[in-house]
Amino acid sequence: METRELTCIGCPMGCLLTVTLDNGEVTEVKGNTCAKGDIYARKEVVNPTRIVTSTVKITSGDKERVSVKTANDIPKNKIFEVMKDIDAAEVKAPVKIGDVLVKNVAGTGVDVIATRNVEAV
Amino acid sequence: MLYDVIVIGAGVTGSAVARELSRYEANVCVLEKCEDVCEGTSKANSAIVHAGFDAAEGSLMAKLNVRGNEMMTDLARDLDIPFKRNGSLVVCIHKEALDGLKDLYNRGVANGVKDLKILSREEALEMEPNLSENVEGALWAPTGGIICPFELNIAMAENANMNGVDFRFNTEVEDIKKGEDGNWHLRTNNGEYVTRYVVNAAGVYADKIHNMVSADKMHIIERRGDYCLLDKTVGGHVTHTIFPQPTKLGKGVLVSPTIHGNLIVGPTAVDLENKEGNNTTAAGIDDLIAKAGDHVRNLPIRNVITSFAGLRAHEEHHEFIIKEVDDAPCFIDCAGIESPGLTSSPAIGEMVGNMMKDMMNLKPKANWISTRKGVKKTDGLSIEERNELIKQNPAYGTIICRCESITEGEILDAIHRPLGARSLDGVKRRTRAGMGRCQAGFCSPRTMEILHRELGIPYEKITKSGGNSNIVLERTKGEVSGS
Amino acid sequence: MKTYDIVIVGGGPAGLAAAVAAKEAGNDSILILERDHELGGILNQCIHNGFGLHTFKEELTGPEYAYRFIKQVLDLGIEYKLNTMVMDIAADKTVTAMNREDGMFQIPAKAVILAMGCRERPRGALNIPGYRPAGIFSAGTAQRLVNIEGYMPGREVVILGSGDIGLIMARRMTLEGAKVKVVAELLPYSGGLKRNIVQCLDDYGIPLKLSHTVVDIEGKEHVTAVTIAEVGPDRKPIPGTEERYTCDTLLLSCGLIPENELSRSAGVQMSPITSGPVVNESLETNIPGVFACGNVLHVHDLVDYVSEEAKRAGQNAVKYINDGCKNAEASDVIELVATEGARYTVPSTINKSRMDDLLTVRFRVGDVYKNSFVSVYFDDERVMHNEKRILAPGEMEQIILQKKKLDEYPNLKKITVKIEKE
Repeated sequence: METRELTCIGCPMGCLLTVTLDNGEVTEVKGNTCAKGDIYARKEVVNPTRIVTSTVKITSGDKERVSVKTANDIPKNKIFEVMKDIDAAEVKAPVKIGDVLVKNVAGTGVDVIATRNVEAV
Repeated sequence: MLYDVIVIGAGVTGSAVARELSRYEANVCVLEKCEDVCEGTSKANSAIVHAGFDAAEGSLMAKLNVRGNEMMTDLARDLDIPFKRNGSLVVCIHKEALDGLKDLYNRGVANGVKDLKILSREEALEMEPNLSENVEGALWAPTGGIICPFELNIAMAENANMNGVDFRFNTEVEDIKKGEDGNWHLRTNNGEYVTRYVVNAAGVYADKIHNMVSADKMHIIERRGDYCLLDKTVGGHVTHTIFPQPTKLGKGVLVSPTIHGNLIVGPTAVDLENKEGNNTTAAGIDDLIAKAGDHVRNLPIRNVITSFAGLRAHEEHHEFIIKEVDDAPCFIDCAGIESPGLTSSPAIGEMVGNMMKDMMNLKPKANWISTRKGVKKTDGLSIEERNELIKQNPAYGTIICRCESITEGEILDAIHRPLGARSLDGVKRRTRAGMGRCQAGFCSPRTMEILHRELGIPYEKITKSGGNSNIVLERTKGEVSGS
Repeated sequence: MKTYDIVIVGGGPAGLAAAVAAKEAGNDSILILERDHELGGILNQCIHNGFGLHTFKEELTGPEYAYRFIKQVLDLGIEYKLNTMVMDIAADKTVTAMNREDGMFQIPAKAVILAMGCRERPRGALNIPGYRPAGIFSAGTAQRLVNIEGYMPGREVVILGSGDIGLIMARRMTLEGAKVKVVAELLPYSGGLKRNIVQCLDDYGIPLKLSHTVVDIEGKEHVTAVTIAEVGPDRKPIPGTEERYTCDTLLLSCGLIPENELSRSAGVQMSPITSGPVVNESLETNIPGVFACGNVLHVHDLVDYVSEEAKRAGQNAVKYINDGCKNAEASDVIELVATEGARYTVPSTINKSRMDDLLTVRFRVGDVYKNSFVSVYFDDERVMHNEKRILAPGEMEQIILQKKKLDEYPNLKKITVKIEKE
């Protein structure tokens, strides 16, 4: 048995949630005022994921950096590994929104895609 | 190279002296420890041209104040800087202090201040409706004025430079010795400078410089003053400069419009022993806010856009020390230049210029240029005038600072002129870009871009005001590999 | 210079949505004036995700959200001018603007839509004592430097203010390799979204200190340290609670101010609460034909609401022009009053004859209220009583008024919005 404390992000209430886990399985969520809290807590303790957004170096474009995001959530504990790949990446203009700039970032199976257009100059 | 004169300090005093010396055939150099002119006391003060009723009768301070005030109209015209005689009021709010007002009047008359008048409560309120309810009377000095201290300082330095005076920035005098050759040898962080004469115009450091050459030690006390600058929307709260009655610590907390239409409130007066202690303090600002309402009602203090502090170079005897040092011939002090130093600066320059002309037997330059054009301002131009300007240079069509409506053309002018701007503050003081209510939040990245483009300064080396005041540290993710 | 029916001042989210709506409502004579070198406004630097859940039912980043509207503007052939600063708006709706190519020019518009957005409160306005060195940025300026220009302001960061931009920048700086040491918040609660507190601070172990403020900034040339202290209920620092953090950067996220210099000089009546124009049900200011939307009107929490509001401004501008630039008789004006916890309402008057079937009234509360009610009174009669588990100043609230319902009260003079415990 293990308990974890979380702040719910569902609304400004910010309920303090206490989640009880047994062998990695959620057995109880306490402290939530609504169903949102329960759903959030069950996901967040077992498999917390995040979208990572940043920028990537770009050459020959009308910008020095192009904004990017992971096309889907990646595991929270991989954020810094993902950032390492994003930091190392370097692309050439032009780039269009949605272009894949880093494939399978940090082995997560998720691609990093451009979130803006950069024209070539 | 042997200089005839080295002026230490490019503040308003040093620059005024340099400009006066530039009238003559002489090799003159100004050494400044900061990266630009106007970096010390000259940049943080009340921006007031005092009438001259404060200083003790018969003092040098009184004489130079009144003379400086008189000179300001012509100087402002010659150097193309804004100046306005908005007049000042010393406001009495205690019946029993009315005699003090009379004393001040008498002192002013004795000092040669023109057109002073004691006003009744009613007259004062009629002239300035936002005066305190408690006003009992006021001293009216129509010759009082407001000026931009940056522009005055920059203009005098630029004009000196146009007339051949060298300016060496980031050059701090570390020691001064009389050489066997009879000349002064100044050791600096940028090598040695040799000169026949030295003018010490080092502001709060004037004692340190003086004490390098004289056994008769001088002591400058840094008297800090906190100020609040209020938004232009409330710049018209008062139209005259409003002083309380003076005390031992100075002229007290004034409320005044600035030449650019803001409202300034300050200063406090706190004596320090710290030449770099121009930080504001919570106590100082609270004190200011508490006092400022005494003489002006409904002061819109919530509209503050910035607060800052300046250090007055206060000499124990509260007198300007402008003379050749007794035990150091050919070394001239301009020390203890506290308020009314800004007002007096042209007169100090004139006095030192005349003094040195006689001492050194200087000959006037045949081709001395007496005037200087300021940065071409676009605010207030008609559409036709703007378009004429934009046709000549499209940069006048791009607004960089939206709060103050400053165009790229003006910033380029500030960069590419004698002693041009090299930092964000340098641009700000020459053009007002970044001086407005958003305090450079919007324009600083754009001004950086221009400094980078025009002067080839890498982004990481662009500073707020020289030294280690770089704005950004490094590229995100490092430089591109270029492959 | 060509003339236009509608001039939109600002090409950010509000201006873009207003332009698209006006075009779709049938007007073909629209010009957007944008001061930056691209459309999209501040969204271009908001590269984080979380935009568009209401509008597009998906989670977008700022640039992606902006591009959805930019693309519509391009596809619809709406005209715009970049790098163009509006210098003046006259009461007769003559817009004076300037750029490199056209010089200074004037457009006599039939309708003007104010969409200038807002700016950040600078250090000066906060009266933070200390030195004035380099290394102090408003959070949005730092965001632009990092995300658009690609430069890091520093490596060790203290943040004052826990508004969303401050929180987002705490994460952003961390991901770029900086150490964010603390976020101090003057108020006893954060104005930022809970999600941002968890995902921008908690995820990275960044402490949030509520009821704290900066009491000293050290460093003559560049920031070297910042001291924060706890504040009492009077928001004054409590002596003895000071904590010093060495750092090279101080970011300020202490509130946004609608950018209304142009509105003021045009003679638009302003609300002292929102610092934005006072508008009626059509989002029209006291000057007929001058409309306002987005953060220039009141600071929004979500861009989705900006787009929705701006759409109405665009539509109403077209309606105004189609009606021959004359407003219907303003005989039955109903006043909207915010009181007892509600700080303001947008709009602040309703001209019933011009009201749509449904009218969204937006407002903010002045404090945190738990288990309370948003109540609406028609004159003295309570007609709405919505229970809310929580109301917080950081979140915009709304009520929806039905014209049908208003019609049942022919002598209605005043609608009051308030927060009630029961």
